[in-house]
Amino acid sequence: MDVKQIAELARIRLTDEETAEIGPQMEKIIGYVESMDALDTADIPPTAHPHDAAMPLRPDVVSNTNRRDELLAGAPLAESGLFVVPKVIEGQ
Amino acid sequence: MAFATLKELAKRLNDGETTAADLAAAYLERIGTYNESLNAFVHIDAEATLAQAEASDHHRAKHGPRPLEGLPIAVKDIFCTTGMPTTCCSNILKGFESAYDAHVISRLREAGAVFLGKTNMDEFAMGSSNETSAFGPARNPWDVGCTPGGSSGGSAAAVAADLAPVALGTDTGGSIRQPAGLTGTVGLKPTYGRVSRRGIIAFASSLDQAGPMTRNVRDTALLASVLCGHDAGDATSVPDAPVIDWLQAAGRLDLYGLKIGRPREYFVDGMHPEVRSRVEEALARCADLGAEIVDISLPHTQYAVAAYYVIAPSEASANLARYDGVRYGVRCDNPSDLADMYTRSRDEGFGAEVKRRILTGTFALSSGYYDAYYKKAQQVRTLLRRDFDEAFTKVDVIATPTSPTPAFKLGEKTDDPLTMYLNDIFTIAVNLAGLPGLSQPCGMADGLPVGLQWIAPAWREDVILGAAHAFEAATDWHRQTPEGYS
Repeated sequence: MDVKQIAELARIRLTDEETAEIGPQMEKIIGYVESMDALDTADIPPTAHPHDAAMPLRPDVVSNTNRRDELLAGAPLAESGLFVVPKVIEGQ
Repeated sequence: MAFATLKELAKRLNDGETTAADLAAAYLERIGTYNESLNAFVHIDAEATLAQAEASDHHRAKHGPRPLEGLPIAVKDIFCTTGMPTTCCSNILKGFESAYDAHVISRLREAGAVFLGKTNMDEFAMGSSNETSAFGPARNPWDVGCTPGGSSGGSAAAVAADLAPVALGTDTGGSIRQPAGLTGTVGLKPTYGRVSRRGIIAFASSLDQAGPMTRNVRDTALLASVLCGHDAGDATSVPDAPVIDWLQAAGRLDLYGLKIGRPREYFVDGMHPEVRSRVEEALARCADLGAEIVDISLPHTQYAVAAYYVIAPSEASANLARYDGVRYGVRCDNPSDLADMYTRSRDEGFGAEVKRRILTGTFALSSGYYDAYYKKAQQVRTLLRRDFDEAFTKVDVIATPTSPTPAFKLGEKTDDPLTMYLNDIFTIAVNLAGLPGLSQPCGMADGLPVGLQWIAPAWREDVILGAAHAFEAATDWHRQTPEGYS
């Protein structure tokens, strides 16, 4: 198991110490999970959700109000009604 | 007045013997006295609590009492609450204040409840001992060297020591029932879909459900009657859920005609012998009350923890992608670029257990492994559901121990995540099948409380409440309180 690569997919930087600790722990968890292999599930349908209810529909009407400033208030960095992030597009 | 029930508190309020403001002040005083050693509450705002209580007194005087008028409640830090921080006991949400209330918080406000504060929990509800909290562990009032259980450990400790008469918890794999069991309190996880999840910080969306934590069955029923109901704002809140009369169900006094299933897979070698004895004695008591005890089998039980530790981390890895240092919570200092901001904010903000689960889930969902792990776990989930379906053709309700041992020492299981996971072996299948489950006290082992778990078919909380109330009425275990909190 390539923990560094999984961490990259999950967008979590791991220090070398963290990687050394988490790697064997995950191996053990996954090893335990593989006990399920003892079961033949070839013909068993998967359950994604406890109740097999159809997704409910509702009329497409506006029900929320504009609360932009309140919602931006919790952001680490906001300006002019926008979330601010480090520069994404290279160039001028 | 310590350890009063909601019924007793409501009567004193209705009779004019006390006011919501006095009641809130009395509870805030208890919190001030005992919270330092129990670490049950992580956010307290006495002024705001007293203001709510005064507003409740005003409402009572002007319009009469609502269902929970003036009654204090503690709330797990996973529920979004305006006017109080909501951090899920994680550093990544340090200082976060929600712009809206969770649906169930709105329901409690509308019913007149008074919020005492936010309670300690495992970070993002990932843990069984409250030890992954960014605020340090809550402690068990029965032995402060022991865990109160998790993830709703702060709510359980608060109710067990009467720092609150009742509390809210959430349960993804046992997080209401296990801490209730380990602290001698009552905790109900309703049927999946009974309670709206809107505004409850998501861990595993197909498993999470909120519910009451109390010191007796009737209080659980009263609180559930307020919490449960359809919310159009949550697509998984079931609109046509069968309606039950919660309080009437919690009035049953005998068990004639009730068939109780005793699953042999829940009475196994390795469990604490006294836990086993207490639960066997509880079943004998139920037989005295008229119930028929039927031996049953839930043959796939031993695979529940394995399936859970694929499904829950997989859903968590998706749900926790939103903590990216952009929209809320904490961002790392001086990010060099976008990738650095994501990866370093998440490394610094999440604790070790949360990282482990995100990574386990990311692995299970990653290309080439999906069928072997995620799909396999979903198929096993079907087998677990079928086990219960089959069992409920023979019995009305199932009784088991809530946990294989009484409360364990803090630090005892933190070195090995898998050992910690296996503590939830008796509670996890209920979440995977979406069923209701309740834990209530049924005796002591090594001086610590033992939990009796009831499991019913979907939407049949009335059967659980009836059985649990009849047992409670015939025993005194729910009246036992830890020493030193009178």
